[in-house]
Amino acid sequence: MFVRGSVSKAVRTGVCGRMFSSGPSPLLVSDPDPSFGPATSMNMFSAINDAMKLTLERDKTAVIFGEDVAFGGVFRCTMGLRDSFGAHRVFNTPLSEQGIAGFAIGLAAMGVTALAEIQFADYIFPAFDQIVNEAAKYRYRSGGMFDVGGLVFRTPSSAVGHGGHYHSQSPEAYFAHTPGLKVVTPRSAIEAKGLLLASIATRDPIIFLEPKILYRASVEQVPTGYYTIPLGKAQVVKTGSDVTVVGWGSQMHVLNRAVKMAEEKEGISCELIDLRTIMPWDRETVLNSVKKTGRLVVAHEAPVTNGFGSEIAAAMQEHAFLHLEAPVVRVCGYDTPFPLSHERFYVPDVLRCYEGISKAVHY
Amino acid sequence: MFRRFLSSAVHSGSPRTLGEVSNFPGAKAPFTHDLSFLKGNDPLPVFRILSANGEVLNPAYDPKLTDEHAVKLMEGMVRLNTLDMILYNAQRQGRISFYMTNTGEEAVQFGSSTVLHPEDEIFAQYREAGVLLERGFSLQELMAQCFGSYKDNGKGRQMPVHYGSKKLHFQTISSPLGTQIPQAAGAGYAMKLLGKPNVVMCYFGDGAASEGDFHAALNFAATLECPTVFFCRNNGYAISTPTSDQYRGDGIVARGLGYGIHSVRVDGNDLLAVIACTKAARELAVEKKAPVLIEAMTYRGGHHSTSDDSTRYRSEAELNYWNREQNPIARFRHYLFGRKLWTEDREKELQLQVRKQVLAELDAAEKDPKPAIEQLFEDVYESMPWHLQEQKQEMLAHVRKYAKDYKLEEFAKNV
Repeated sequence: MFVRGSVSKAVRTGVCGRMFSSGPSPLLVSDPDPSFGPATSMNMFSAINDAMKLTLERDKTAVIFGEDVAFGGVFRCTMGLRDSFGAHRVFNTPLSEQGIAGFAIGLAAMGVTALAEIQFADYIFPAFDQIVNEAAKYRYRSGGMFDVGGLVFRTPSSAVGHGGHYHSQSPEAYFAHTPGLKVVTPRSAIEAKGLLLASIATRDPIIFLEPKILYRASVEQVPTGYYTIPLGKAQVVKTGSDVTVVGWGSQMHVLNRAVKMAEEKEGISCELIDLRTIMPWDRETVLNSVKKTGRLVVAHEAPVTNGFGSEIAAAMQEHAFLHLEAPVVRVCGYDTPFPLSHERFYVPDVLRCYEGISKAVHY
Repeated sequence: MFRRFLSSAVHSGSPRTLGEVSNFPGAKAPFTHDLSFLKGNDPLPVFRILSANGEVLNPAYDPKLTDEHAVKLMEGMVRLNTLDMILYNAQRQGRISFYMTNTGEEAVQFGSSTVLHPEDEIFAQYREAGVLLERGFSLQELMAQCFGSYKDNGKGRQMPVHYGSKKLHFQTISSPLGTQIPQAAGAGYAMKLLGKPNVVMCYFGDGAASEGDFHAALNFAATLECPTVFFCRNNGYAISTPTSDQYRGDGIVARGLGYGIHSVRVDGNDLLAVIACTKAARELAVEKKAPVLIEAMTYRGGHHSTSDDSTRYRSEAELNYWNREQNPIARFRHYLFGRKLWTEDREKELQLQVRKQVLAELDAAEKDPKPAIEQLFEDVYESMPWHLQEQKQEMLAHVRKYAKDYKLEEFAKNV
């Protein structure tokens, strides 16, 4: 049973039907940038752990805190850090998300690098007021006198196979609607480390969403040294000419398979883009691609209405109106709470994404 | 059986305990055979030094202010009071959009602020202008904020009385209630982490203490051992809501005990008591590297804000009692008379002088232009992202087209 505070069996074993049902190499795996130096095999939670370890070494003011982080975290992301850096730098807090967020803001306002963990993205809402009204507006409302730039909220997010309502949510659109916040989500181990280190270095408060299904499943050759992947830059994962396909986080692996299916079945040439940073997003990269292909499919797990796909679709109709050959297709979660038994019907799985691509191309 | 339980619960005081102590991880407590529900009975006492007519009742705790210091504090309180009256009226005349007075809480503000060190960080609610003045905030800065002029530290972005000063270690005020309380706990932890010999001072009202953030903050500060002084201004009302609708326990101070925090209740209309109490609390926080809770009992002598008419929910008799008979400035005035440091003439003269200064600053601030319109887009992020640059250009193009309709002459030109 998967409940708050327990380590999911699915996460431990990497079992999830919609991504791993068939094929020898179901996950999208990238090679590390050689300029980042020597690399070693790591899964995503180890890559995140490594990023935080490097941060605690380099920045003597950095602290990590949240519920159950002291013993290594319920997803093992903080394993060994308390032993290496001391109980004053890696510590448990009482069980209160608004407390964690407020406490983090206070630390960051004093110039401390505050790495706060919210155990599941589903439980970030008690902290919504502190994040939206306080952290996001701290610099603006003080005329730039004060800021909480050293603040990063890390939180496991998105579907995991059996998470039900409160272990599955993808809340990025709530935060993307809040000026002052940056919202980042990685698709793999290499990306997680580079984007997290860039988030920590950025002098703005960050919501860093970690697709929990990838913690053990995503294994890559991750550079062992310090490197960053710039925020606000999407990545063209695969070039193509018929349709642009945009996603982020774990959805990238679903889209990768859907794209392959479209190519194998119908010979459709897809350009696959990982947005990486939800806010501020890289409109230019998506726009250039859409101008080339004339078609766009956006897919995300979060519900369709007011999901971030809406923003991308609206921006493309505004800026690529004369280039579009078909309506923008959004393949998303339905406008329901995230269900348990019906998860496979709810999520924008490989078949739904393939269908969306096909629809866009045959319009 | 049930009858026996009732009798023991009602008639015995605290339950009789056995020698054995329980091993439950959640509490190391002795066992008892009495079933009894506990409820606090006797209210915790209010610490006071000065009587209503300004006599020192307990010389042991007299902070023994020097002549100069005592007069300076009196001048500060009178100045704040005069300033409040003028700005309240300025709002009534439509010159500023909003205002909140500090009437009745002058001693709370000056008494607590004066014992803090200049680098102790302050997180406040909104009724703490006296703390800023005590720290040296200028009238010009204060007016600039209320008018949202280009001289405002906050660049005219927030409503009046939302002051802030980096130089004076006073974090910018925000409207959401209680949010600063857990922030102050975090800031206290930072003081400890960075090895600074300072405390964090956190002000809030009795109403804000009902927010979840208060609970989170005190629990975090206790468990993470943060040198933060939590200072509650219990002035009897949260807008129209009396404390009887706010809580049923023994005020705010009793809650501190539940969190394992050193807690004290003080007469907030007694300047000397507030000074002695805050000084001791600060020392305790520094020495123990732990939080302290102060509940200062006072009375909100003015309306909640300029958008509120408090006569609709409280009587004139009540108001008069507190503003005339229990006023903190009046009480300290009696004390200064006793030390022959103050006269009525001197006070009148000071009021006139402050009035002149404030009116001059008010006129100047009113004439100052608002910040350059481009500043609307600055400081959202450390550097301006593409979408805000685009929106800025869009706004500028629009405003150029319809320049006459936007009264651009009221705004500073961007350099």
